[in-house]
Amino acid sequence: MLRACLRGANATARVRPPHSSLPTAVIATGLLTVSGGVGGTILYAKWDHKFRAAVEKNVPYSDRLLGLALGPAPQDVGLPVKNQVKSPSAAEPLKERPVEEVAARLAQQDQEEQDILASSLEESLASSAKATLQAIGAQEAALQAITQHTHKLKEAMEAEEKSAQWKDLEAALADRTCSVNDAGTALLKANEALGALRSVIDDSKGLKIAAVHPLVLAAEENLHNMIVDLDKVVTKVQSAESEAKIVSQYSELVNEAKQQFQREVSSLTPEIQANWKGLTGKLSADDLNALIAHAHRRIDQLNRELAEQRVREQIHIDAALEQQKLEDQKALEKAVNTSLQHVKEDARLEQERKLAELREVMEAEMRTQLRRQAAAHTDHVQDVLKVQEQELRAEADQVLSSKMLEQETRYRQLNQEQLDNFTLDMNTAYARLKGMEEAIDSHVVAEEEARRAHQLWLSVEALNYTLKTADADVPTVPLKSAAEAVRDSCHDNDFAMALASALPEESLHRGVYSEASLRARFNSLRSLARRVALIDESHNSLYQYFLSYLQAALLFEDKQEAPPTQLSREDLDPFKLLSYASYCLEHGDLELAAKLVNQLRGEARRVVEDWLTEARLTLETRQVVSLLSAYANAVGLGTTQAP
Amino acid sequence: MTAGNMAEEHGRKWDRCLADTVLKTATGLGVGIVFSVLLFKRRTWPLAFGSGLGVGMGYTNCQHDFRSPYLIHGRVVKDQ
Repeated sequence: MLRACLRGANATARVRPPHSSLPTAVIATGLLTVSGGVGGTILYAKWDHKFRAAVEKNVPYSDRLLGLALGPAPQDVGLPVKNQVKSPSAAEPLKERPVEEVAARLAQQDQEEQDILASSLEESLASSAKATLQAIGAQEAALQAITQHTHKLKEAMEAEEKSAQWKDLEAALADRTCSVNDAGTALLKANEALGALRSVIDDSKGLKIAAVHPLVLAAEENLHNMIVDLDKVVTKVQSAESEAKIVSQYSELVNEAKQQFQREVSSLTPEIQANWKGLTGKLSADDLNALIAHAHRRIDQLNRELAEQRVREQIHIDAALEQQKLEDQKALEKAVNTSLQHVKEDARLEQERKLAELREVMEAEMRTQLRRQAAAHTDHVQDVLKVQEQELRAEADQVLSSKMLEQETRYRQLNQEQLDNFTLDMNTAYARLKGMEEAIDSHVVAEEEARRAHQLWLSVEALNYTLKTADADVPTVPLKSAAEAVRDSCHDNDFAMALASALPEESLHRGVYSEASLRARFNSLRSLARRVALIDESHNSLYQYFLSYLQAALLFEDKQEAPPTQLSREDLDPFKLLSYASYCLEHGDLELAAKLVNQLRGEARRVVEDWLTEARLTLETRQVVSLLSAYANAVGLGTTQAP
Repeated sequence: MTAGNMAEEHGRKWDRCLADTVLKTATGLGVGIVFSVLLFKRRTWPLAFGSGLGVGMGYTNCQHDFRSPYLIHGRVVKDQ
């Protein structure tokens, strides 16, 4: 079942056309993933600033990319007040300022700013208040004037024409216009002042000094109240003005009617003067009839107009109502707008007040938290300071101890040097003393040595003499005693002792033969050696003996022949050797003779063996004795002091 | 060795040698005579033989005596 499924899957896989563009698919997927990753990172960085900061910190050149994509990273707005405060203080040389001074300075600066601001606010408030009051006063005056004027106008309308009233009216009108103008200018001024105040408030709001806020708030409220009052007064003035307009319109209409009537009357009765007073005195019956007829006609006309008017009343009323409605609506709108604005303003002020309260509360809370934090910070700082103090103390101790050590070592060094110098001096003095003592001792010793050397020399001479006591064929006396004497006289001299003990035993016990005896013996030995010259280990039969005898008989050699400095093969012939040896003996060179005789081989050698031994003995003894005498001479020379 | 011992020894050897030879020859001659007379009917050959024998013995003895310093006497050392 599974296999069938797999087969089916494979078939379907195979059925699908093979993707020749697999690499492109891979590339596309990769690009998509990368772009998705980058885009996601940018979006998240836009939303989370910490992430953005982390990315910028860790990934190089990402800050550029993110800046391009999102704009510069938002920085924390530090207290600009503090910056402002710090910049003047940083201009001075940097030194540690106590906290209180800084706080005092900051408070002072705040206070200054506050004062400045407050003063500016107050000034502007005062000026605006003055202006507003002025404006209000002017408006009220204008209102008064308008009402007065209106009243006067009404009176003038209702009452009969009186020139005084007209004059009053005109005066009132003039007054009204004047006061209206004044009011207008005052209003403008007030608006200006209010605008300035508003700008000042906005500036102070922009500075964000907390302490000034209630002042600002109060100023704002005052501003608002002033605006409200001003508006009220302005509306009053406007209403009064509208009333006055109505009244003036009415008065105008009345005037117009009057003038019309007068025109009609004048047209009817041109000769009558315009003066009403004159008219009443000079009116004739015709005129009166004409006037009455006119009046009747007028009355008819007016009745007709009235009827018309009554007919059109509704329409007019409707139209008027409409107009009134429109005007009312406009006025309502305006009033609504103004009241809305006022309400808005109120609400805003309320909000600001609430905000200020809240801020106060928050500030208080923040202050307590900050106080708490400050307390924690001081604790921490205290701890850190303690630790630092300890560290610094340890460091200082170390430095101190090292310096102390240095000083101590130097002191000790100096001490040591002094001691060394002193010791050196002492040593030199002692050495000199010792030297002197030694010199004296050595002098004594030298004397002793000289004596002993003399002794030695004497004993050696005695030994030498004993050597000469040999006669022919009789050895010398045994050298024992003389050797003993020599040994006695050189107890402490190893060299002499060694030499003295190097004397061969035979010479000590038996003595040595003299050279002459050896020489004599040699001569007799020589013939024997000649006779057995051919005999050696391999040739030693009697026949050889015979031959050897024959050779000796037949061979002739020199009795004595000077030996060469170097012996060659031919010189090792026994006959030659014997003649060399004889020569040497004759010339007293026992040593060389013995050496030459030593070269004999075979039977001849056996025959001369004991002669050789004797010769060696004699030579040895003589050598030792000569060494001893030389040594004694040397010692004697050495110890003898020239006078 | 004492003086002249070696030189004198040579002479002594010759003395011994000659004496010994003479003695042996004479003895050989005598024995030859005896034998010739007794056993070999007075022929001359036993005399020559005897004296020859004597001379030979004496010669060999003499030679041995003269060789004696040069003879090496060895001993068989058994392997351990």
